[in-house]
Amino acid sequence: MEILKRVHAQNLVSWAKDKPEVLVLSADLTSSCEADGFRDTYPDRFFSMGIAEQNMLAFAGGLAREGFIPYVHTFSVFIYRRAFDQIAMSVAYPNLPVKMIGFLPGVTTPGGATHQALEDIAVLRALPNMTILEVGDATEVENVLQIAYDVPGPVYVRMLRGELPRIFQTPMEFGKARKLSEGDDLVIVSSGLCTEEALRAAKALAANGIQTAIYHVSTLKPFHYSEILGNIARSKYGVISLENHTVVGGLGTCLAECMAEQGIGKRLTRLGIQDKFLHGASRQYLMHEYGIDMWALLGAVEKVTGKKLTVDKEDVGEAFRPALHSDAKPEAL
Amino acid sequence: MEFDAKWASEVEGLADGIRLRVLEHTLSQKGGYLCQACSSAEIFAALYHGLLNLPKLDSPLSPDPWRGVPGPDNPAHTGIKFNSNGLPGYDRFILSPAQYALVLYAALVEAHRMDEKGMLDYNRDGSSVEMIGAEHSPGMEATTGSLGQGISHASGIALALRLKKQTGKVVVFLSDGECESGEFWEAVQTASFHRLDNMLLIIDRNGCQCDGAMESVMNIEPFEARFRAFGCECVRIPGHDPLTLAKAVQMPHRSKPLAVICDTDPCHGLEFLRARRPKFHYVRFADDQEWLETKARYEALAKERER
Repeated sequence: MEILKRVHAQNLVSWAKDKPEVLVLSADLTSSCEADGFRDTYPDRFFSMGIAEQNMLAFAGGLAREGFIPYVHTFSVFIYRRAFDQIAMSVAYPNLPVKMIGFLPGVTTPGGATHQALEDIAVLRALPNMTILEVGDATEVENVLQIAYDVPGPVYVRMLRGELPRIFQTPMEFGKARKLSEGDDLVIVSSGLCTEEALRAAKALAANGIQTAIYHVSTLKPFHYSEILGNIARSKYGVISLENHTVVGGLGTCLAECMAEQGIGKRLTRLGIQDKFLHGASRQYLMHEYGIDMWALLGAVEKVTGKKLTVDKEDVGEAFRPALHSDAKPEAL
Repeated sequence: MEFDAKWASEVEGLADGIRLRVLEHTLSQKGGYLCQACSSAEIFAALYHGLLNLPKLDSPLSPDPWRGVPGPDNPAHTGIKFNSNGLPGYDRFILSPAQYALVLYAALVEAHRMDEKGMLDYNRDGSSVEMIGAEHSPGMEATTGSLGQGISHASGIALALRLKKQTGKVVVFLSDGECESGEFWEAVQTASFHRLDNMLLIIDRNGCQCDGAMESVMNIEPFEARFRAFGCECVRIPGHDPLTLAKAVQMPHRSKPLAVICDTDPCHGLEFLRARRPKFHYVRFADDQEWLETKARYEALAKERER
């Protein structure tokens, strides 16, 4: 698997080259959010806003009202937790094209509860006019800027940084799920970095004769996936959702709402953070401890199928684990 | 426009008209933000009588019908047509405390920018002339009223105008209570840091907020020293004097935003309100008797004005 470094940093500079209306605002996390290249290349389009996120989000709304497209960069938690009222009134209500690029979703940081965005999708999904995107690999990091740009209103992006694998060879598309495997026994729907776990599990499931359809979802709002729902409806064991987010209000909830509204009476197992806060530890530890890795997924499959799985550890391999310290990011966070 | 004694007396006449209209609607609605009109009528009158650089209108405009909240299939629309209509070179006006919407509507009528009949839509279901206005309301250019937020949004507009090389100012009307908020000071700090000298902040320092007298709720003094410490030019003036206000807003403020603190009186022009101290935030009537007495006062004032 190809591993890339600081994908967003380079992509932002090249993508924004001929877009004078694209501005970047940052709240003292410029290199941490890989916006340093943009800052140095286009200093007239970069604005330092300090550790003052409430002002930054309402300010971004003012820029957007006058025809600019601000790409706000900071850690996710400081966007939706600190500036919710400002996003609601100065961005979402007027449906202004402010693009919020939020970093450090869930387990991707050992920075503890202060830094781990756990309920960002749940919170922002409740806002009318909001679009929510989440990337799962380097390819999607490269594609997401243009997809967000093409949406005429506000967009929140759950972004990845540092060292990233390239999992997908085809471009990300707005509102479209990626179907990664076929099957009518079971459906797995995953998002973000959890898809890598689902793909590892796929090998074990195939080896155990469970025909599994795996879907990767990168547009979380709007959430219209008739193909997935059809697949769930005809499945033998129902669906398991897997997300790096609280199970309250995220991917699993989106599926539950759609299944209930369409009367799809199949079992739904929501794997994600089970209504708890996280704490500071490595990604690998957190994913295992809080049940969002391949092993948790295989455990859930055993539960819903009633079958004991045989797993060849060599066959499923290891997921990519970025080093805590590397030249791909300025701090260990 | 010459800001002379004749102009000042015209402003005072408009200000009396604003108070009277707000009183009229406070009576018809059996309650309203009347003290805000008393404290700010001269400020609004002066702004709409020449301090704001706005294009002339051939005739007063009518409020738009309510067109629904903004969404993917319903583009946002604002009340900016009553002001600059977004024309380059003219000023923008952001009313930060949307609770003052009725004062703004009254000012638009007095300044012949809004048809008087538009006031019939005030606080009527399905109209854009809302009690606490939003961006679709006449004269409003943003959805403010979550206090402390208007200045941030206005700062973004000010930076955008500078990037577009447009010369108009962004004039923000603020209430003093909202200057207690953290976001307000974040915005002042940021506007100073980015040298937004196309920003003019006008603060109605009437000393009142929802819970009562401001000194009983939170302290914001020394107010002008705080502004200066945050990098603004600041001047503090008696807020009912149009000539002093005209002079203040023309103060040079190179590379810095300008804040004009207007010390005002929440009962100015309607002395009978003084008995309500310290509850000036929202005027309602204790009983029919009080309503009738107030109505009689209104009629007397209206009669006097006709002469």
